[in-house]
Amino acid sequence: MKEKIIIAENLSKQFGHFKAVDNISFDVSKGEIFGFLGANGAGKTTAMRILCGLSYPSSGKARVAGFDVYHQQEQIKKNIGYMSQKFSLYEDLTVLENIRFFGGIYGLGKKELKNKSDELLQTLHLSGETSKLVRSLPLGWKQKLAFSVAIIHKPVIVFLDEPTGGVDPITRRQFWDMIYQASENGITVFVTTHYMDEASYCSRLSIMVDGQIRAIGSPAELMEQHHAENMDQVFFDLARTATRSAD
Amino acid sequence: MRMLIILLRKEFQQIFRDKSILPLIIVLPIVQLLIMPLAADYDIRNISLGVIDHDRSPISQELLSVIGSSGYFIIRSEHTSYQEALGEIENEKTDIILEIPASFERNIARLGGDEVLISANAINAAKAGIGASYLSTIITGFNSNIKVNRLRAYGLEPVPRIDITSSSWFNPYMNYHYYMVPGILVMLVTIVSGFMATLNIVREKEIGTIEQINVSPIRKHQFLMGKLVPFWIIGIIVFTIGLGIAWLVYGIVPKGSIGLLYLFLAIYLVAVLGFGLLVSTFTENQQQSMFVAFFFIMIFILMSGLFTSVDSMPPWAQWITRFNPVTYFVEVIRMVMLKGSGFADIRQHLLTIIGFAIFFNGWAVWVYRKTS
Repeated sequence: MKEKIIIAENLSKQFGHFKAVDNISFDVSKGEIFGFLGANGAGKTTAMRILCGLSYPSSGKARVAGFDVYHQQEQIKKNIGYMSQKFSLYEDLTVLENIRFFGGIYGLGKKELKNKSDELLQTLHLSGETSKLVRSLPLGWKQKLAFSVAIIHKPVIVFLDEPTGGVDPITRRQFWDMIYQASENGITVFVTTHYMDEASYCSRLSIMVDGQIRAIGSPAELMEQHHAENMDQVFFDLARTATRSAD
Repeated sequence: MRMLIILLRKEFQQIFRDKSILPLIIVLPIVQLLIMPLAADYDIRNISLGVIDHDRSPISQELLSVIGSSGYFIIRSEHTSYQEALGEIENEKTDIILEIPASFERNIARLGGDEVLISANAINAAKAGIGASYLSTIITGFNSNIKVNRLRAYGLEPVPRIDITSSSWFNPYMNYHYYMVPGILVMLVTIVSGFMATLNIVREKEIGTIEQINVSPIRKHQFLMGKLVPFWIIGIIVFTIGLGIAWLVYGIVPKGSIGLLYLFLAIYLVAVLGFGLLVSTFTENQQQSMFVAFFFIMIFILMSGLFTSVDSMPPWAQWITRFNPVTYFVEVIRMVMLKGSGFADIRQHLLTIIGFAIFFNGWAVWVYRKTS
C-alpha cells in the first residue's frame, strides 16, 4: 500500500449551529491528483483550510504529510504548498521578486533559488519578463506563475483552491500539464475545481454535499456507480440532493 | 534572522514601489511644520473692536488711541448706537463692543471715574475672554494713569502701587513656535508611522496575500517584525527631517541631548506601531482600520496636551491623558528640547512608554493568529 499523505477521520468543523464540515473521512496517497469537488458552500474551502493548518477542526482526526492538524501545524506548513482562489502573489512586486520572496521564506539557499528561478522562468517563457510587475501579467500567466511558486520548495503536497477559475481553456490545459508534471515529480496534488472536465483528469476525487462526502473514487468508478456518461451527470446527480443553499 | 531579512526586503520593495510614499515621507513633515506652527498660534491678535463713542472728547480719543496702539485691536468703525454695533457682531464683523458714555470726560474730571461698557461676542470664547481681558487691562492702566496725573496736578503724591514684572523662563521671548514645533513633530511621527503600519497589514488581509503568509513557515513574530521595522525606520527619518526644519526655519535647537530624544523616539515608535498592529488585527479592511485608527489617533493627539494644556483640563480628562502615549512624548520633547532636561528628568516617562510598547505589542501578538 502506498504512503498516505492525507488521512482524515470523522473530521468536522462547526460554526455555531452550522456544520460547515460534517464528519468527513478520506485519504490521499502519495503522488495522487486528488480532486475535491462540491457546489459552492458545500464546505470544501473550510475542509481545505483545516488541512493546511489555517483553521482548527471542531472534532475528528487528520494528519497531513504525517503531521497532526491540531498540534503540528508549523511542521505541516513547511511541507505543503498552497495556492488559493484569491490571487496569491504580490501584484506590486515583479516576477523575480515574488519568486525570490516565496523561495526565500521556504528556506531555499541562494544558489538553489537562482537555479530554480531560472528553470521556472524558462518553462513559463517568462525569462524576458522578470522585472515586470505581476500586476501587469495576463491572468493565465499569473496563475501558472503562482502554481510554480507554490511548488518551488518541492513540497510533499500542494493544495490548489480553484486554481483555474476565470482562465481560458488553452491555459487551463497548460495548467493541467503543469499539475501532471508536478505529480510525476512526486508532489501529491489536492485540487478543488468547478470544471467537470478537470475532474476527470484527477486520479481520484470526492464530491462534497452539505458538508459531507457523498462519493469518493476514481472518475471511472463514480461514472459507473451513477450510471453516468460523464462527470457532469455524476455531479448533478449528487449536488441536487443538497438542502443547503449555495452562497 | 534570514527570514526577517527576506521579509524586510519584500516590505521595502513594496513601500518604495508605491510612488506616493516617498513624497509623503519628505513633503508631509515640511508642509506640516511650515504651516501648522504659524496657524496654531494662541496669541490673540486682530480683535476687531467696534466703538460707540458718545462723548467724542479729548480724553475718550486718548483712550482709543491707547487701545489702538496696543497692537491687539483693530478699531473697525465708529458706530452711533449700540444697536448698530450689535448688528456688526451678528454679522461676525466685530468681536467686541466698547461703549463710552456721553458724560465720560465730565465724570472723570468731576467724580474721578466713569464706567464704560464692554460686550464681547462669546461664540469664540477664547477670543472673547482674552480680548475682553486685554481691553480691561488697557482701560485699567489708562485709568490709573489719569489718577496719577490728576493727583500730581494737585501736588499730591501718587498712591503707592505694586508693579508686577515677570520673566519668562525657557522661552524668554514667549515665542509660540518654541512651544508648538516640538509638539507638532510628535504629531507627525505618530500619524505617519501609526497609519502606515496599520494600513499596510490590513491591506495584506484585504488582498488575501496574508493567507499565503499564514500557510507558510513564517513565524508570527517574524511576520510582525517584518511589518514593524520598516515603519520604525520611516518614523525616525520623518522625525529627523522635522528636526532639521525646526532648526532651519524656526531656529529651534534641542537644549538637551539629541541622543536622549532619539532614545525616547525609538521606544515611542515601538509603542505607536504596536497600537497600529493591534488595530490591524481587529479590522478586516482598510476602510475599517482607517476609521478606527483615525478615531483613536485624533483623540490621542487632541488629548495629549499638544494644543491645549493638560493642566487646564478637568480632572477626569487629565486622568485619561495618563493612558495616552502621545502625552508622554509631547511632554518629553518639550522638556528635552526647550528646558534641556536630562535622563533623570524623563526616566518616569521612559518607563511608562516602555510599558505602553509592551502592552500594545503583547496584545497584538496575542490576538494575531496564523490559525483560527
